[in-house]
Amino acid sequence: MDVERIYREESGRILATLIRLLGSFDLAEEVMQEAFAAALEQWPKRGFPDNPRAWLVSTAHHKGVDMLRRRTRFDSKRDELQRLAELEQQLSEAEENMLRPDGVSDDRLRLIFTCCHPALVLEARVALTLRTLCGLTTEEIARAFLVPLPTMAQRLVRAKQKIRDAKIPYQVPPKRELTERLEAVMLVVYLVFNEGYSASSGDAAIRRELCAEAIRLGRLICELLPGENESHALLALMLLHDSRRAARVAGEGEVVLLEEQNRDLWDHEQVREGLGLVESAVRGGAAGSYALQAAIAALHAQQRALKRQTGSRLLRSMRRCCGCSHRPWLN
Amino acid sequence: MQYLLLIYGNEEHFGKLTEAEQNGVLKEYGEFTKSIAQSGHYRGGNELAEISTATTVRVRDKKRLVTDGPFAETKEQLGGYYLIEAKDLDDALAVAARIPSARWGSIEVRPIVPHDMP
Repeated sequence: MDVERIYREESGRILATLIRLLGSFDLAEEVMQEAFAAALEQWPKRGFPDNPRAWLVSTAHHKGVDMLRRRTRFDSKRDELQRLAELEQQLSEAEENMLRPDGVSDDRLRLIFTCCHPALVLEARVALTLRTLCGLTTEEIARAFLVPLPTMAQRLVRAKQKIRDAKIPYQVPPKRELTERLEAVMLVVYLVFNEGYSASSGDAAIRRELCAEAIRLGRLICELLPGENESHALLALMLLHDSRRAARVAGEGEVVLLEEQNRDLWDHEQVREGLGLVESAVRGGAAGSYALQAAIAALHAQQRALKRQTGSRLLRSMRRCCGCSHRPWLN
Repeated sequence: MQYLLLIYGNEEHFGKLTEAEQNGVLKEYGEFTKSIAQSGHYRGGNELAEISTATTVRVRDKKRLVTDGPFAETKEQLGGYYLIEAKDLDDALAVAARIPSARWGSIEVRPIVPHDMP
Protein backbone atom coordinates (compact mmCIF):
# COMPACT_ATOMS: atom_id res chain seq x y z
CA MET A 1 0.00 0.00 0.00
CA ASP A 2 1.32 3.44 -0.80
CA VAL A 3 0.11 6.98 -0.29
CA GLU A 4 -0.05 7.70 -3.99
CA ARG A 5 -2.47 4.84 -4.58
CA ILE A 6 -4.61 5.94 -1.67
CA TYR A 7 -4.68 9.43 -3.18
CA ARG A 8 -5.83 8.02 -6.50
CA GLU A 9 -8.54 5.86 -5.01
CA GLU A 10 -9.71 7.82 -2.02
CA SER A 11 -9.18 11.52 -2.69
CA GLY A 12 -12.64 11.89 -4.26
CA ARG A 13 -14.31 10.42 -1.21
CA ILE A 14 -12.19 12.34 1.25
CA LEU A 15 -12.77 15.62 -0.52
CA ALA A 16 -16.51 14.95 -0.70
CA THR A 17 -16.69 14.52 3.05
CA LEU A 18 -14.45 17.52 3.75
CA ILE A 19 -16.57 19.81 1.58
CA ARG A 20 -19.64 18.83 3.57
CA LEU A 21 -17.85 19.31 6.88
CA LEU A 22 -16.12 22.59 6.05
CA GLY A 23 -18.69 24.06 3.68
CA SER A 24 -16.08 25.25 1.18
CA PHE A 25 -14.52 23.65 -1.90
CA ASP A 26 -11.33 25.69 -1.67
CA LEU A 27 -10.67 25.11 2.00
CA ALA A 28 -11.45 21.39 1.62
CA GLU A 29 -8.97 21.05 -1.24
CA GLU A 30 -6.29 22.96 0.62
CA VAL A 31 -6.49 20.94 3.82
CA MET A 32 -6.78 17.64 1.97
CA GLN A 33 -3.47 18.37 0.24
CA GLU A 34 -1.94 19.21 3.61
CA ALA A 35 -3.24 16.00 5.14
CA PHE A 36 -1.73 13.96 2.31
CA ALA A 37 1.55 15.80 2.74
CA ALA A 38 1.47 14.91 6.44
CA ALA A 39 0.72 11.29 5.55
CA LEU A 40 3.69 11.15 3.18
CA GLU A 41 5.90 12.34 5.97
CA GLN A 42 4.49 10.35 8.90
CA TRP A 43 3.28 7.02 7.54
CA PRO A 44 6.59 5.65 6.33
CA LYS A 45 8.05 6.35 9.79
CA ARG A 46 5.18 5.40 12.08
CA GLY A 47 3.42 2.86 9.93
CA PHE A 48 0.12 3.05 8.09
CA PRO A 49 -3.02 3.73 10.14
CA ASP A 50 -5.71 1.03 10.29
CA ASN A 51 -8.14 3.24 8.42
CA PRO A 52 -6.13 5.59 6.19
CA ARG A 53 -9.20 7.42 4.92
CA ALA A 54 -10.45 8.16 8.43
CA TRP A 55 -6.99 9.37 9.41
CA LEU A 56 -6.83 11.67 6.40
CA VAL A 57 -10.31 13.10 6.88
CA SER A 58 -9.80 13.76 10.54
CA THR A 59 -6.33 15.26 10.03
CA ALA A 60 -7.60 17.49 7.23
CA HIS A 61 -10.68 18.44 9.21
CA HIS A 62 -8.62 19.53 12.22
CA LYS A 63 -6.40 21.57 9.93
CA GLY A 64 -9.47 23.14 8.35
CA VAL A 65 -10.95 24.13 11.68
CA ASP A 66 -7.59 25.54 12.81
CA MET A 67 -7.33 27.53 9.63
CA LEU A 68 -10.82 28.93 10.04
CA ARG A 69 -10.07 29.80 13.63
CA ARG A 70 -6.97 31.71 12.60
CA ARG A 71 -8.82 33.53 9.87
CA THR A 72 -11.62 34.40 12.25
CA ARG A 73 -9.20 36.08 14.60
CA PHE A 74 -8.37 38.58 11.86
CA ASP A 75 -11.82 38.88 10.54
CA SER A 76 -14.25 38.37 13.36
CA LYS A 77 -17.53 38.40 11.55
CA ARG A 78 -20.50 37.04 13.41
CA ASP A 79 -21.34 34.50 10.68
CA GLU A 80 -17.81 33.15 10.71
CA LEU A 81 -17.83 32.71 14.47
CA GLN A 82 -21.12 30.91 14.35
CA ARG A 83 -19.85 28.66 11.57
CA LEU A 84 -16.79 27.85 13.63
CA ALA A 85 -18.85 26.87 16.65
CA GLU A 86 -20.87 24.54 14.46
CA LEU A 87 -17.73 23.04 12.98
CA GLU A 88 -16.19 22.28 16.31
CA GLN A 89 -19.34 20.59 17.41
CA GLN A 90 -19.34 18.53 14.23
CA LEU A 91 -15.77 17.45 14.67
CA SER A 92 -16.25 14.50 16.99
CA GLU A 93 -19.57 13.61 15.43
CA ALA A 94 -17.95 13.46 12.01
CA GLU A 95 -15.25 11.11 13.10
CA GLU A 96 -17.84 8.61 14.24
CA ASN A 97 -19.93 8.99 11.11
CA MET A 98 -16.99 8.51 8.86
CA LEU A 99 -16.63 4.93 9.87
CA ARG A 100 -20.18 4.28 8.73
CA PRO A 101 -19.87 3.48 5.02
CA ASP A 102 -23.29 4.87 4.02
CA GLY A 103 -22.50 8.37 5.24
CA VAL A 104 -19.47 8.56 3.00
CA SER A 105 -21.21 7.38 -0.15
CA ASP A 106 -23.83 10.07 0.44
CA ASP A 107 -21.05 12.62 0.40
CA ARG A 108 -19.80 11.49 -2.98
CA LEU A 109 -23.29 11.62 -4.37
CA ARG A 110 -23.66 15.15 -3.02
CA LEU A 111 -20.42 16.08 -4.69
CA ILE A 112 -21.51 14.61 -8.03
CA PHE A 113 -24.79 16.50 -8.00
CA THR A 114 -23.18 19.77 -6.97
CA CYS A 115 -20.38 19.57 -9.55
CA CYS A 116 -22.88 18.66 -12.26
CA HIS A 117 -25.47 21.26 -11.28
CA PRO A 118 -27.21 22.63 -14.37
CA ALA A 119 -26.64 26.17 -13.06
CA LEU A 120 -22.96 25.70 -13.96
CA VAL A 121 -21.81 25.99 -17.55
CA LEU A 122 -21.23 22.55 -19.07
CA GLU A 123 -17.44 22.90 -19.52
CA ALA A 124 -17.12 23.89 -15.88
CA ARG A 125 -19.18 20.90 -14.77
CA VAL A 126 -16.90 18.56 -16.66
CA ALA A 127 -13.75 20.22 -15.31
CA LEU A 128 -14.98 20.37 -11.74
CA THR A 129 -16.03 16.72 -11.79
CA LEU A 130 -12.64 15.60 -13.07
CA ARG A 131 -10.86 17.82 -10.57
CA THR A 132 -12.81 16.90 -7.44
CA LEU A 133 -14.21 13.41 -7.99
CA CYS A 134 -11.44 11.96 -10.12
CA GLY A 135 -8.55 13.87 -8.57
CA LEU A 136 -7.07 14.97 -11.91
CA THR A 137 -4.85 18.04 -11.70
CA THR A 138 -5.91 21.28 -13.36
CA GLU A 139 -3.01 20.84 -15.75
CA GLU A 140 -4.10 17.34 -16.77
CA ILE A 141 -7.63 18.55 -17.42
CA ALA A 142 -6.35 21.49 -19.45
CA ARG A 143 -4.21 19.16 -21.54
CA ALA A 144 -7.07 16.70 -22.03
CA PHE A 145 -9.36 19.41 -23.38
CA LEU A 146 -6.65 21.30 -25.28
CA VAL A 147 -7.30 24.46 -23.31
CA PRO A 148 -4.51 26.72 -21.99
CA LEU A 149 -3.83 26.13 -18.30
CA PRO A 150 -4.87 29.63 -17.12
CA THR A 151 -8.19 29.27 -18.96
CA MET A 152 -8.90 25.98 -17.25
CA ALA A 153 -7.84 27.32 -13.84
CA GLN A 154 -10.11 30.32 -14.35
CA ARG A 155 -12.99 28.04 -15.30
CA LEU A 156 -12.60 26.09 -12.07
CA VAL A 157 -12.31 29.23 -9.96
CA ARG A 158 -15.47 30.70 -11.49
CA ALA A 159 -17.42 27.50 -10.95
CA LYS A 160 -16.41 27.31 -7.29
CA GLN A 161 -17.24 30.98 -6.88
CA LYS A 162 -20.70 30.43 -8.27
CA ILE A 163 -21.28 27.44 -6.01
CA ARG A 164 -20.40 29.64 -3.04
CA ASP A 165 -22.00 32.95 -4.03
CA ALA A 166 -25.23 31.66 -5.57
CA LYS A 167 -25.39 29.02 -2.84
CA ILE A 168 -25.69 25.93 -4.98
CA PRO A 169 -26.59 23.38 -2.31
CA TYR A 170 -24.41 20.44 -1.36
CA GLN A 171 -27.10 17.83 -1.36
CA VAL A 172 -28.67 14.97 -3.24
CA PRO A 173 -31.71 16.42 -5.00
CA PRO A 174 -35.17 15.38 -3.80
CA LYS A 175 -36.87 12.49 -5.61
CA ARG A 176 -39.05 14.69 -7.82
CA GLU A 177 -35.99 16.43 -9.28
CA LEU A 178 -33.77 13.37 -9.42
CA THR A 179 -34.42 12.33 -13.03
CA GLU A 180 -33.80 15.80 -14.39
CA ARG A 181 -30.68 16.29 -12.32
CA LEU A 182 -29.35 12.83 -13.07
CA GLU A 183 -29.53 13.69 -16.77
CA ALA A 184 -27.15 16.57 -16.17
CA VAL A 185 -24.80 14.21 -14.33
CA MET A 186 -24.91 11.59 -17.08
CA LEU A 187 -24.17 14.21 -19.71
CA VAL A 188 -20.96 15.10 -17.92
CA VAL A 189 -19.88 11.47 -17.70
CA TYR A 190 -20.77 10.94 -21.36
CA LEU A 191 -18.73 13.99 -22.41
CA VAL A 192 -15.72 12.86 -20.42
CA PHE A 193 -15.93 9.48 -22.11
CA ASN A 194 -16.36 10.99 -25.57
CA GLU A 195 -13.39 13.24 -25.09
CA GLY A 196 -11.32 10.22 -24.20
CA TYR A 197 -12.73 8.05 -26.96
CA SER A 198 -12.56 10.32 -29.98
CA ALA A 199 -9.23 9.79 -31.67
CA SER A 200 -9.06 13.36 -32.89
CA SER A 201 -6.89 15.15 -30.39
CA GLY A 202 -4.82 15.19 -27.25
CA ASP A 203 -2.22 12.68 -26.11
CA ALA A 204 -3.13 9.03 -25.93
CA ALA A 205 -2.35 8.42 -22.26
CA ILE A 206 -4.64 11.18 -21.07
CA ARG A 207 -7.40 10.08 -23.41
CA ARG A 208 -7.22 6.55 -22.01
CA GLU A 209 -7.38 7.97 -18.53
CA LEU A 210 -10.49 10.01 -19.37
CA CYS A 211 -12.27 6.86 -20.57
CA ALA A 212 -11.25 5.03 -17.43
CA GLU A 213 -12.44 7.90 -15.24
CA ALA A 214 -15.76 8.10 -17.08
CA ILE A 215 -16.30 4.38 -16.56
CA ARG A 216 -15.34 4.74 -12.91
CA LEU A 217 -17.86 7.56 -12.49
CA GLY A 218 -20.46 5.50 -14.34
CA ARG A 219 -19.89 2.61 -11.94
CA LEU A 220 -20.06 4.94 -8.98
CA ILE A 221 -23.42 6.34 -10.06
CA CYS A 222 -24.81 2.84 -10.62
CA GLU A 223 -23.53 1.80 -7.23
CA LEU A 224 -24.92 4.83 -5.42
CA LEU A 225 -28.25 4.97 -7.28
CA PRO A 226 -28.91 1.33 -8.12
CA GLY A 227 -32.50 1.88 -9.24
CA GLU A 228 -31.69 4.16 -12.18
CA ASN A 229 -31.78 2.09 -15.38
CA GLU A 230 -30.65 4.86 -17.70
CA SER A 231 -27.35 5.18 -15.86
CA HIS A 232 -26.83 1.43 -16.17
CA ALA A 233 -27.34 1.86 -19.90
CA LEU A 234 -24.73 4.63 -19.95
CA LEU A 235 -22.22 2.41 -18.16
CA ALA A 236 -22.95 -0.40 -20.63
CA LEU A 237 -22.47 1.97 -23.56
CA MET A 238 -19.07 3.03 -22.28
CA LEU A 239 -17.94 -0.50 -21.46
CA LEU A 240 -18.91 -1.81 -24.87
CA HIS A 241 -17.12 0.93 -26.78
CA ASP A 242 -14.10 0.86 -24.54
CA SER A 243 -13.83 -2.92 -24.98
CA ARG A 244 -12.79 -2.32 -28.59
CA ARG A 245 -10.07 0.17 -27.71
CA ALA A 246 -7.15 -2.10 -28.59
CA ALA A 247 -8.66 -3.15 -31.92
CA ARG A 248 -9.78 0.29 -32.98
CA VAL A 249 -6.48 1.93 -33.82
CA ALA A 250 -3.80 0.49 -36.09
CA GLY A 251 -0.06 0.92 -35.71
CA GLU A 252 0.11 4.31 -37.38
CA GLY A 253 -2.79 5.63 -35.35
CA GLU A 254 -5.41 5.32 -38.08
CA VAL A 255 -8.89 4.19 -37.10
CA VAL A 256 -9.85 0.62 -38.02
CA LEU A 257 -13.48 0.22 -39.03
CA LEU A 258 -15.62 -2.14 -37.02
CA GLU A 259 -15.87 -4.74 -39.81
CA GLU A 260 -12.12 -4.94 -40.12
CA GLN A 261 -11.28 -5.05 -36.46
CA ASN A 262 -9.46 -8.06 -35.03
CA ARG A 263 -12.00 -9.28 -32.54
CA ASP A 264 -9.44 -11.21 -30.55
CA LEU A 265 -8.20 -7.83 -29.40
CA TRP A 266 -11.56 -6.92 -27.84
CA ASP A 267 -11.82 -7.04 -24.08
CA HIS A 268 -14.32 -9.87 -23.89
CA GLU A 269 -14.81 -9.61 -20.15
CA GLN A 270 -15.89 -6.00 -20.63
CA VAL A 271 -18.14 -6.97 -23.55
CA ARG A 272 -19.87 -9.53 -21.37
CA GLU A 273 -20.39 -7.10 -18.55
CA GLY A 274 -21.71 -4.49 -20.99
CA LEU A 275 -24.14 -6.89 -22.62
CA GLY A 276 -25.51 -7.95 -19.26
CA LEU A 277 -26.02 -4.33 -18.24
CA VAL A 278 -27.79 -3.36 -21.49
CA GLU A 279 -30.15 -6.24 -21.14
CA SER A 280 -31.12 -5.51 -17.57
CA ALA A 281 -31.36 -1.75 -18.22
CA VAL A 282 -33.67 -2.16 -21.21
CA ARG A 283 -35.72 -4.76 -19.38
CA GLY A 284 -35.94 -2.32 -16.47
CA GLY A 285 -37.49 0.28 -18.77
CA ALA A 286 -34.54 2.38 -19.95
CA ALA A 287 -35.47 3.91 -23.30
CA GLY A 288 -33.48 7.12 -23.50
CA SER A 289 -30.64 7.98 -25.82
CA TYR A 290 -27.99 6.13 -23.79
CA ALA A 291 -30.07 2.97 -23.78
CA LEU A 292 -30.55 3.27 -27.51
CA GLN A 293 -26.87 3.80 -28.18
CA ALA A 294 -25.98 0.98 -25.81
CA ALA A 295 -28.38 -1.31 -27.64
CA ILE A 296 -26.70 -0.47 -30.94
CA ALA A 297 -23.29 -1.10 -29.41
CA ALA A 298 -24.59 -4.42 -28.07
CA LEU A 299 -25.76 -5.44 -31.54
CA HIS A 300 -22.34 -4.62 -32.92
CA ALA A 301 -20.63 -6.59 -30.20
CA GLN A 302 -22.78 -9.64 -30.79
CA GLN A 303 -22.66 -9.89 -34.56
CA ARG A 304 -19.97 -12.38 -35.50
CA ALA A 305 -19.31 -10.91 -38.91
CA LEU A 306 -20.70 -7.50 -39.45
CA LYS A 307 -21.98 -6.96 -42.99
CA ARG A 308 -22.52 -3.64 -44.69
CA GLN A 309 -26.25 -4.28 -44.86
CA THR A 310 -26.75 -4.67 -41.12
CA GLY A 311 -30.51 -4.71 -41.41
CA SER A 312 -33.03 -1.94 -41.24
CA ARG A 313 -33.60 -2.38 -37.50
CA LEU A 314 -30.15 -1.11 -36.67
CA LEU A 315 -30.35 1.68 -39.23
CA ARG A 316 -33.67 2.82 -37.83
CA SER A 317 -32.17 2.89 -34.36
CA MET A 318 -29.30 4.93 -35.64
CA ARG A 319 -31.54 7.41 -37.36
CA ARG A 320 -33.55 7.87 -34.18
CA CYS A 321 -30.28 8.45 -32.50
CA CYS A 322 -29.26 11.28 -34.82
CA GLY A 323 -30.38 13.86 -32.31
CA CYS A 324 -27.46 12.88 -30.11
CA SER A 325 -24.53 15.19 -30.52
CA HIS A 326 -21.12 13.60 -30.78
CA ARG A 327 -20.74 9.93 -31.66
CA PRO A 328 -17.23 9.07 -32.80
CA TRP A 329 -17.99 5.33 -32.64
CA LEU A 330 -20.48 5.51 -35.50
CA ASN A 331 -17.60 5.73 -37.96
CA MET B 1 -30.30 33.97 1.56
CA GLN B 2 -32.10 36.44 -0.69
CA TYR B 3 -32.51 36.17 -4.44
CA LEU B 4 -33.94 38.58 -6.98
CA LEU B 5 -36.03 36.87 -9.62
CA LEU B 6 -36.03 39.04 -12.75
CA ILE B 7 -38.90 38.34 -15.08
CA TYR B 8 -38.01 38.76 -18.75
CA GLY B 9 -40.49 38.40 -21.55
CA ASN B 10 -41.60 39.87 -24.82
CA GLU B 11 -43.91 42.78 -24.01
CA GLU B 12 -45.81 42.35 -27.24
CA HIS B 13 -46.75 38.86 -26.19
CA PHE B 14 -49.00 40.15 -23.41
CA GLY B 15 -50.54 42.82 -25.64
CA LYS B 16 -51.60 40.23 -28.19
CA LEU B 17 -53.62 38.19 -25.68
CA THR B 18 -57.39 38.59 -25.48
CA GLU B 19 -58.79 40.35 -22.45
CA ALA B 20 -59.93 37.05 -20.97
CA GLU B 21 -56.45 35.58 -21.43
CA GLN B 22 -54.85 38.66 -19.86
CA ASN B 23 -57.13 38.35 -16.87
CA GLY B 24 -56.20 34.68 -16.62
CA VAL B 25 -52.50 35.56 -16.43
CA LEU B 26 -53.11 38.26 -13.82
CA LYS B 27 -55.15 35.86 -11.74
CA GLU B 28 -52.40 33.27 -11.95
CA TYR B 29 -49.85 35.86 -10.82
CA GLY B 30 -52.09 36.77 -7.89
CA GLU B 31 -52.31 33.14 -6.83
CA PHE B 32 -48.59 32.62 -7.23
CA THR B 33 -47.78 35.70 -5.11
CA LYS B 34 -50.15 34.53 -2.43
CA SER B 35 -48.62 31.07 -2.38
CA ILE B 36 -45.04 32.32 -1.96
CA ALA B 37 -46.19 34.70 0.76
CA GLN B 38 -47.70 31.73 2.58
CA SER B 39 -44.59 29.59 2.14
CA GLY B 40 -42.46 32.40 3.62
CA HIS B 41 -40.44 33.09 0.47
CA TYR B 42 -41.94 36.46 -0.47
CA ARG B 43 -40.01 39.62 0.42
CA GLY B 44 -41.30 41.93 -2.29
CA GLY B 45 -42.10 42.21 -5.94
CA ASN B 46 -43.65 44.42 -8.58
CA GLU B 47 -44.69 44.60 -12.16
CA LEU B 48 -42.82 47.25 -14.15
CA ALA B 49 -44.48 49.69 -16.56
CA GLU B 50 -43.73 49.14 -20.25
CA ILE B 51 -40.21 49.62 -21.56
CA SER B 52 -41.40 52.70 -23.53
CA THR B 53 -41.66 54.50 -20.19
CA ALA B 54 -38.02 53.82 -19.27
CA THR B 55 -35.51 56.62 -18.85
CA THR B 56 -31.78 56.10 -18.33
CA VAL B 57 -29.54 58.50 -16.47
CA ARG B 58 -25.75 58.67 -16.37
CA VAL B 59 -23.36 61.18 -14.82
CA ARG B 60 -20.18 61.90 -16.75
CA ASP B 61 -17.74 64.64 -15.78
CA LYS B 62 -20.25 65.72 -13.16
CA LYS B 63 -22.78 66.28 -15.93
CA ARG B 64 -26.09 64.49 -15.92
CA LEU B 65 -27.03 62.73 -19.14
CA VAL B 66 -30.62 61.69 -19.45
CA THR B 67 -31.75 59.52 -22.36
CA ASP B 68 -35.01 58.00 -23.36
CA GLY B 69 -35.22 54.23 -23.27
CA PRO B 70 -33.78 51.30 -21.36
CA PHE B 71 -30.10 50.66 -20.56
CA ALA B 72 -29.97 48.04 -23.29
CA GLU B 73 -32.32 47.15 -26.12
CA THR B 74 -33.13 43.46 -25.87
CA LYS B 75 -35.57 41.08 -27.49
CA GLU B 76 -37.02 40.21 -24.11
CA GLN B 77 -37.58 43.00 -21.62
CA LEU B 78 -37.50 43.16 -17.87
CA GLY B 79 -41.15 43.25 -16.95
CA GLY B 80 -41.16 42.67 -13.22
CA TYR B 81 -39.39 41.09 -10.29
CA TYR B 82 -39.78 39.22 -7.05
CA LEU B 83 -37.44 39.48 -4.09
CA ILE B 84 -37.47 36.19 -2.20
CA GLU B 85 -35.84 34.53 0.78
CA ALA B 86 -34.73 30.99 -0.12
CA LYS B 87 -32.74 28.24 1.53
CA ASP B 88 -30.35 27.86 -1.42
CA LEU B 89 -30.23 28.09 -5.21
CA ASP B 90 -32.32 24.95 -5.70
CA ASP B 91 -35.04 26.40 -3.50
CA ALA B 92 -34.91 29.71 -5.44
CA LEU B 93 -35.04 27.90 -8.79
CA ALA B 94 -38.09 25.94 -7.67
CA VAL B 95 -39.89 29.21 -6.85
CA ALA B 96 -38.73 30.83 -10.11
CA ALA B 97 -40.01 27.91 -12.16
CA ARG B 98 -43.51 28.51 -10.78
CA ILE B 99 -43.70 32.14 -11.98
CA PRO B 100 -46.32 32.12 -14.75
CA SER B 101 -44.01 33.97 -17.20
CA ALA B 102 -41.45 31.17 -16.94
CA ARG B 103 -43.67 29.30 -19.40
CA TRP B 104 -43.24 31.89 -22.19
CA GLY B 105 -40.44 34.18 -21.00
CA SER B 106 -37.33 33.69 -18.86
CA ILE B 107 -36.58 34.20 -15.20
CA GLU B 108 -33.09 35.31 -14.23
CA VAL B 109 -32.21 34.28 -10.69
CA ARG B 110 -29.64 36.53 -9.01
CA PRO B 111 -28.32 36.10 -5.49
CA ILE B 112 -28.42 39.27 -3.41
CA VAL B 113 -25.13 40.36 -1.82
CA PRO B 114 -25.95 41.43 1.71
CA HIS B 115 -24.71 44.83 2.89
CA ASP B 116 -25.34 46.43 6.24
CA MET B 117 -27.04 49.81 6.18
CA PRO B 118 -24.24 52.29 6.91
